[in-house]
Amino acid sequence: MCGIAGYLCFEGRVAPSVDVLGDMVSSLRHRGPDASGVYLDDSVGLGHSRLSIVDLAGGDQPIHNEDESLWIVYNGEIFNYPELQKELAARGHRFYTSTDTEVILHLYEEEGAACLSRLNGQFALAIWDNRARSLFLARDRMGIRPLHYIVEKGRLLFASEIKALFQADDVPRRLDPVALDQVFTFWSPLPGRTIFQAVQELPPGHYLVATPEGGVSIRQYWDVPFGPPGEQSAWEPEELREHVRELLIDAVRIRLRADVPVGSYLSGGLDSSGVTAIVKRHFNNRLRTFGIRFEEPRFDESRFQDGMVSFLGTEHTAIRATNEEIGKAFRDVIRHVEKPILRTAPVPLYLLSDTVRRNGFKVVLTGEGADEVFGGYDIFRETLVRRFWARQPSSRLRPRLIRKLYPDIFRDPRLGATLQAFFGVGLQNTGDPFYSHRIRWENTKRIKTFFSEDLRGAIGDYSGEDELRARLPGSFASWDPLSKAQYLEMALFLSNYLLSSQGDRVAMAHSVEIRLPFLDYRIVEFMARVPPRWKIRGLREKYLLKRVLHDLLPAPILRRPKHPYRAPIGQSLLPGNGADLPEALTGDALKREGLFDAAKVGRLIRKIRTVPEPSEVDAMALAGILSSQLLHEQFVSRFPAGRGAPFVPTVFVDRRSIVPK
Amino acid sequence: MTNHLGAIREFVVANFLFGEEGKLGDDTSFLESGIIDSTGLLELVGFLEERFGIRVADEELVPENLDSLSNISAYLAGKLDGKLST
Repeated sequence: MCGIAGYLCFEGRVAPSVDVLGDMVSSLRHRGPDASGVYLDDSVGLGHSRLSIVDLAGGDQPIHNEDESLWIVYNGEIFNYPELQKELAARGHRFYTSTDTEVILHLYEEEGAACLSRLNGQFALAIWDNRARSLFLARDRMGIRPLHYIVEKGRLLFASEIKALFQADDVPRRLDPVALDQVFTFWSPLPGRTIFQAVQELPPGHYLVATPEGGVSIRQYWDVPFGPPGEQSAWEPEELREHVRELLIDAVRIRLRADVPVGSYLSGGLDSSGVTAIVKRHFNNRLRTFGIRFEEPRFDESRFQDGMVSFLGTEHTAIRATNEEIGKAFRDVIRHVEKPILRTAPVPLYLLSDTVRRNGFKVVLTGEGADEVFGGYDIFRETLVRRFWARQPSSRLRPRLIRKLYPDIFRDPRLGATLQAFFGVGLQNTGDPFYSHRIRWENTKRIKTFFSEDLRGAIGDYSGEDELRARLPGSFASWDPLSKAQYLEMALFLSNYLLSSQGDRVAMAHSVEIRLPFLDYRIVEFMARVPPRWKIRGLREKYLLKRVLHDLLPAPILRRPKHPYRAPIGQSLLPGNGADLPEALTGDALKREGLFDAAKVGRLIRKIRTVPEPSEVDAMALAGILSSQLLHEQFVSRFPAGRGAPFVPTVFVDRRSIVPK
Repeated sequence: MTNHLGAIREFVVANFLFGEEGKLGDDTSFLESGIIDSTGLLELVGFLEERFGIRVADEELVPENLDSLSNISAYLAGKLDGKLST
């Protein structure tokens, strides 16, 4: 796992200096502290910072093909590379390393962009074709690995993280008002957009081709293949179970391929328990696991975590994420995630990756993605229940299912009738393509009340929903409600939040690579065509997955109600007991950064400090406001200027015809 | 009565609208407009009980009594009348 950075300079323009490329690579050192490399010719620069996982001695990048006409820098893992390598060797390709990196390059040589459909993995890559004079950038199907770029001033700059792009002096650093509007609606910017103006993200499942003439084109090569009910699988449940079981075991098996030891995250929930059990039972009897404990009981899963550890007999290390530590680390986490977040849940994972690394591990498996793929989230069950209720709005019994779904919200029985009415708002609008997410988005949008006059003015009458509606796949309207909800959750929450802010960024902050068996594309594709009734049965979420894991897990894990992974917000970010207000939330700081209405934020802070526990929306507002402030401060108003330490790459390939002084 | 309405309005504006009064009419439905969420409802009931010294009975916790400023005000008036007469 690594960081990549580079540029393509359009004709007639002056290439950035080697120092700039050096600074770009150096700013990604946390992603790859083991080695670094650079390739330069007259129009292109490729840079790489390496975290060595496969072919430790011989795998330094950039890597080239036989005649050195193709050069690659690459961040990721292709888990099916041994099979591809054999095939390519049989076709006459010669390899000088035993890396997956080199395999991709030769496969690209054979098949061009079509090679992407052959790769099973998580990656972001850049290939320079010196003969065709074209730069090829690509990103994995689900968007597990990040890739950003900016096209302006006669050049294209690209990098794993945005901070690397900002190393070039004249790249503008401004927050994008529209992206802020999107974050405070959908919880993340829409795919392709970043929180910074002019900086773009290559969306998951896309590739980009750029040439020195200035041509830049982007194509989608993959999307989650949901479809109308007529295209769904007619298999019997036992056949489904057996097939998913085989896929899942194979997805885990190929994700254990590495020249370093692979550990596993274990929370005590179904998904990470399932992955861990598969590793332990099928592949590695001496497994190291890592987990998080919380000081507050309502977030803590220790009982189940400990149960799984003794059930499987793994060597387990758990950290205790205290409120204070979460609050303290929040600023650093925002520097890594590079966008505002409405939750603190990424922070404990940031703390955990530090411990993983200190224990000598670079690679861990995680259970992320199962909720999206197998139908685990409450929002999915909620939409099914509301639709069921909408068919008989006057029913007294149907809405009671909502109470069963959210025992926490309905814990005061006196408020049942009124609380129930909240879930009845808009009940009949079942034709709304965003029916499943309507309540969440309407709640989140309320936070926009804190935007400053200036920010509101800049957003104008932009509507994120209109933009999203225009981008939905053509057949979306014909899909079943669960598929629709899953698609939205994958397009918005999964790639931009779960895999990024709560995934790659907080793991790579400490040079740890995560691998996600549930997001093996074979599983994602297969499950997209499984009828909804096998995903959620009645109110039983992840029904099929539970059947798959039935023989591997103890009954308490299979039967426990879903426990969403959350971390404390109010108590962490705004400690009571007379503690100081974080500087970024003071009236002065709010006025200085100019994003929020200082008076309103002041009232929010007073309220949160008064009530025993802030409401969901108030807590999200607090996290969103503070993270935006910290982001603006660290990347816009006080971005560290000037060169870092001199850059001395491990590999330096200089093919420039004219070397500037 | 008007005093009650003023006090309730002040509470809702400060705590749920964070000072932005413009959106709130006497008959604006808290539910439909999304002004108050499920946790907010608990805060609101807590405020009414504390500020006006009433006890909101289980069967009174229905949207008809709590969903807008005028609903609350009418409910409260009845409640306080009852209280005075006992």
